[in-house]
Amino acid sequence: MKLSRKEKEALVDPLFNNNPIALQVLGICSALAVTTNMATALVMSMAVVFVTAGSSTVVSFLRNNIPPNIRIIVQLSVIASFVILTDQILKAYLFDISKQLSVFVGLIITNCIVMGRAEAYAMQNGPWLSFLDGVGNALGYTLILVAVGFFRELFGAGSLFGFVILRPVTAGGWYEPNGLMLLAPSAFFLIGVIIWVLRVWKPEQVENS
Amino acid sequence: MQRNSTLYIISFAAVVCVVCSILVSGAAVLLKSRQDRNILLDRQKEVLVVSGLLGADDSIAPQEVQRRFEERIATKYVDLREGTFTELGDTPGIYDPVKAANDSATSTALDPNPAQVRAVPHVALVYEVADDAGAVDQYVLQVWGNGLWSTMYGYLALDKDGATVRGLTFYEHGETPGLGGEVDSPGWKALWPGRLAYDDAGKPAIQVIKGPAGTPEEAPYEVDGLSGATLTSRGVTNMLQFWLGENGYAPFLKSFGKSGRA
Repeated sequence: MKLSRKEKEALVDPLFNNNPIALQVLGICSALAVTTNMATALVMSMAVVFVTAGSSTVVSFLRNNIPPNIRIIVQLSVIASFVILTDQILKAYLFDISKQLSVFVGLIITNCIVMGRAEAYAMQNGPWLSFLDGVGNALGYTLILVAVGFFRELFGAGSLFGFVILRPVTAGGWYEPNGLMLLAPSAFFLIGVIIWVLRVWKPEQVENS
Repeated sequence: MQRNSTLYIISFAAVVCVVCSILVSGAAVLLKSRQDRNILLDRQKEVLVVSGLLGADDSIAPQEVQRRFEERIATKYVDLREGTFTELGDTPGIYDPVKAANDSATSTALDPNPAQVRAVPHVALVYEVADDAGAVDQYVLQVWGNGLWSTMYGYLALDKDGATVRGLTFYEHGETPGLGGEVDSPGWKALWPGRLAYDDAGKPAIQVIKGPAGTPEEAPYEVDGLSGATLTSRGVTNMLQFWLGENGYAPFLKSFGKSGRA
């Protein structure tokens, strides 16, 4: 399948050039909460991909019929339905992980990325483009979450996806796990470092002071 | 019809609501049986973990959980008013004491108490855990109470003497992840086995204190507090004191050894 330039832009731009977390600084709260290990970070990301892509597509289909006065509420209803659907599916098929994610799947509804894409992009563009934009932005979110989750689980628990990489002292190994990595502030530090690196690589992202 | 006419707005909103609710409720109904099975399995797994028949980090197949559960654990019903075993009449589905506590017909309402348990069910679930030889080795009691944000639901495993703690676990809570949420961390749960639930006078004595408590020999009635989670720790204390007390399982536990001194 060949994507046109505009389609490619919608899909790939949010990864590095216009990353929702690193540039727009949206969706931070869940990035702190669910990144203590890779498995939850990845499942949470997939849930966000599903919700953002689905809600952007649906909102885009409806965009010419939505009364402007109640557009935000309509977008929210669509998003909320997708979120509940995701939550129900996770509870039925990935129970252990849904237990760990607890309230955070439900809180996708308050993730500014989802609504931001519906309002800023899907209301102006066709369903296919909106779908790609939704997937792209959620993948931008995924990228940061997985990067943060990688460092937090590796240095905080010495493992990745639950497999031991650095054997911790408590299990008779040599690695002293860094407890800070398991607490929320470490995600802030890591996201800060990621933003820094990204802006050194792409100086045009630096805001004028 | 105009896109900002009142009639259009109302009918559009109505259509969106109906479609969304059909989708959501449809999914909920279709997936219900699967979710219920997951919850049941999860509870059985927690009972195995709290009684030490399964490591907290062990992942085993659902069939294996069921097999071990059926092999070693007997589900019993206890009338909390009398403190005796009882039989359950014909009730459809799985008996849920928490649900029974919310129904005034099947529960005893209580005065305000520190654990903020408003009512106890007439009939509670108790799991009898058998040792290798098949004799009753420990009892797993269902406990719940308020933490900081949420009601915490868990299991307390007591030795057959009715006083020695064999384990504590929480299967559902909404405490702050990383702080109060540590109530379900394996490290903290490992501090419980060996502590004593009742003092020599038969009063509920176990409590979560601030700071480290030491080994079960040094501090038989105390468990380390969770740092950064004073209110959750206090909630655990209140909850255990409540369920070990007169309104909870004390009448039942009195029939076994140590706690009978009350």
